[in-house]
Amino acid sequence: MQVLGIFSIITGLAAQLWPTWLALAVTLLLSFRFHRRLGLYGHLITTGVGFTGVAICLFWLFTAIFAHVIAPFDPLQQIVTLKNGLPGSVDSASGSAYLLGGDKLARDVFSRMVYGSRIVLAIAPAATGISLLVGSLLGLPAGYYGGRVDAVLSFIANLVLAFPVILLFYLLVTPGIMETAVPFVMAGFFFLFPILFLLVLFYTGYRKQPVKCAVLLLITLAIGGYIYNGLVFDRDPLHLVHLQPNELNIFIAVAFASSPGVFRIVRGLTMDIKTREYVSAARTRGESPWYVMLWEILPNARGPLIVDTCLRIGYTTILLGTLGFFGLGMSPESPDWGTAIKDGSQFLRLYVWPPLVPAMALMSFVLGLNLLADGLREQSLRD
Amino acid sequence: MLKFIAKRIAVMVLTMLCLSMIVFYFVNLEPNLKRLAIFQTEMRASQQDLDNWLTRNGYRDNFFLRYARWIGVAEKQPVIDPATNQPVPRFRFCDESAVPVYSGVLEGDFGCSTAFKTKVSNRLPEALKATGLLMFWVMVVMIPVSLIMGVLAGMREGSKLDRYLSIISIVSTATPEYVSGIVFSVIFATWLKVLNGSAATATSEGITFYNFTLPVITLAIYGIGYIARMTRASMAEVMSSQYIRTARLKGLSFRAVVLRHALRNALIAPFTVIMLQFPWLLSGVVVAEAIFRYQGFGFLLVSAASNNDIDLVLTCGLVSVTVVLITQLISDIGYAYLNPRIRLG
Repeated sequence: MQVLGIFSIITGLAAQLWPTWLALAVTLLLSFRFHRRLGLYGHLITTGVGFTGVAICLFWLFTAIFAHVIAPFDPLQQIVTLKNGLPGSVDSASGSAYLLGGDKLARDVFSRMVYGSRIVLAIAPAATGISLLVGSLLGLPAGYYGGRVDAVLSFIANLVLAFPVILLFYLLVTPGIMETAVPFVMAGFFFLFPILFLLVLFYTGYRKQPVKCAVLLLITLAIGGYIYNGLVFDRDPLHLVHLQPNELNIFIAVAFASSPGVFRIVRGLTMDIKTREYVSAARTRGESPWYVMLWEILPNARGPLIVDTCLRIGYTTILLGTLGFFGLGMSPESPDWGTAIKDGSQFLRLYVWPPLVPAMALMSFVLGLNLLADGLREQSLRD
Repeated sequence: MLKFIAKRIAVMVLTMLCLSMIVFYFVNLEPNLKRLAIFQTEMRASQQDLDNWLTRNGYRDNFFLRYARWIGVAEKQPVIDPATNQPVPRFRFCDESAVPVYSGVLEGDFGCSTAFKTKVSNRLPEALKATGLLMFWVMVVMIPVSLIMGVLAGMREGSKLDRYLSIISIVSTATPEYVSGIVFSVIFATWLKVLNGSAATATSEGITFYNFTLPVITLAIYGIGYIARMTRASMAEVMSSQYIRTARLKGLSFRAVVLRHALRNALIAPFTVIMLQFPWLLSGVVVAEAIFRYQGFGFLLVSAASNNDIDLVLTCGLVSVTVVLITQLISDIGYAYLNPRIRLG
């Protein structure tokens, strides 16, 4: 069997990734051209750490978007002669190569890694977003009111934090649990938060403009209700919004595990910010507590929150990988990175590439997010 | 101080009660019970047989009664075989008392493991010992390395050394155990062949540098970055404070200032962080033990959970929750004790 040299493999990989390079180049050139007008982001990309972080994150974003163009093979396609093949093994029938080798089921490691980025980049940021909303909507009143509200909410958050993540996953993400109502009840609870958040936000913000307020509330209810119906009950009449039960289960478990962390941060920030003058001013104007929380405190907590969100997306990615690594929730042939690492680690001594490639992918993505967070933190300290 | 400790302990007991009840609820969900019944009766049992088995063995009793029995504050009833009218044990590999007794966690009875076909208490101590050993070595590596890194970086904020060490910490916090485990095995076991990629021999032949290094550094690496960053922040804060400037101005050498004045105050915050690393380490241990085939607590948890071993999962859950809560308690009390502003205030 013909095997390509290292040089051909590298050029081959670079060539396969052309849509990513193109999109990356265009985005970064435009960013540099207009960086004076781009505010925080413009400042960020002029620093070394921030630029590296942005570049790595954009790289994975574009790879995920253009996965179907980049991947030379289907993630499930098997070419039997290339089973456990070395990097650069050429399929004699089609003439194209497994650039990073084949796995134990003779699938292309590179293509699976590329398609895996889609799963990771779809679930991790979305789950972080949900946990951000849940954490904020519970952390704000806990920090603002203090007292009994704080005691009860903090106690619940500490309950979740005292669970070792892995035990939580073994209890929450099992095939058996899909037969019970537990994941759906939890999904129903968690997906309620985005709708609630927007409703409270619009109601408190535009109370004095009844028409605009009513329109916004109705739009939120209509769109939110439609998506909610599709996600939680899987009863979308048009079949646009749809999640497999196991995907829903993973999503909820990950969001559940990272919500208490957000809660703690938002609570701490709120306790700090509520002593500022502009909060007292808003209170003196007679604004409602929820107006103060959502329109005065939350926007002023955005700096640390953005930094934390970047770190948290990385943490969520790690959690997702943990789920895949223990074979929880994901379907066995799923190309996500955690599952690929688990599959490959069984034959690690013999075949290095199948687990190493997704492992490096996961690490580089999390690293990019951490660098981004670090750059953002430095920027916010400078201002 | 005593009042503070008493209050913390009260909260801890309440938390433990809630958590154990949650674990108990999830482990005893209907699908799990059904799988247990299918496994314990013969394969072609009908739904009726399964229900009978569950009812006879007390799995259909009231949830709180069963929880109380497991804890050991309600009596466990012996199972009576309807054919012979004699008491029989629930599982043939564990004996049970023939008369009602208080026999739960509080009395030291953790139940019966269906996966290992023995009493849980026969397996648990050695597993905990093995994991304790691993944790000990992880701490021995992790704490000095991360503290030195953090102090060196925070000592001169913004220096070249600071920047290099920051990058190293960022990389290490981006490397979960299942990634570092794979990468280290590939480099040191497969390519260089200097270390053993499996710690399976550590259980039988004792630990050596050859078989134990990889799991230890795999586990340590994720924590190092985090603790180092916390130490750095704390150190940098102390170094910019008034009394350090005073010490410098009165002519003390930089070395003496760092060692005698800064270090002691800078190490209070990392102490808390190190203690709070335990929950994460517990999860990490499960991953590392799976990668390196080391038979400790993590191995027990994974085999219990994947084999639907109800009593063993409950025990593992209880143990890990207890460890987490106790470390939290120590970190709270220790922080209050170490920090004069809280102790005297």
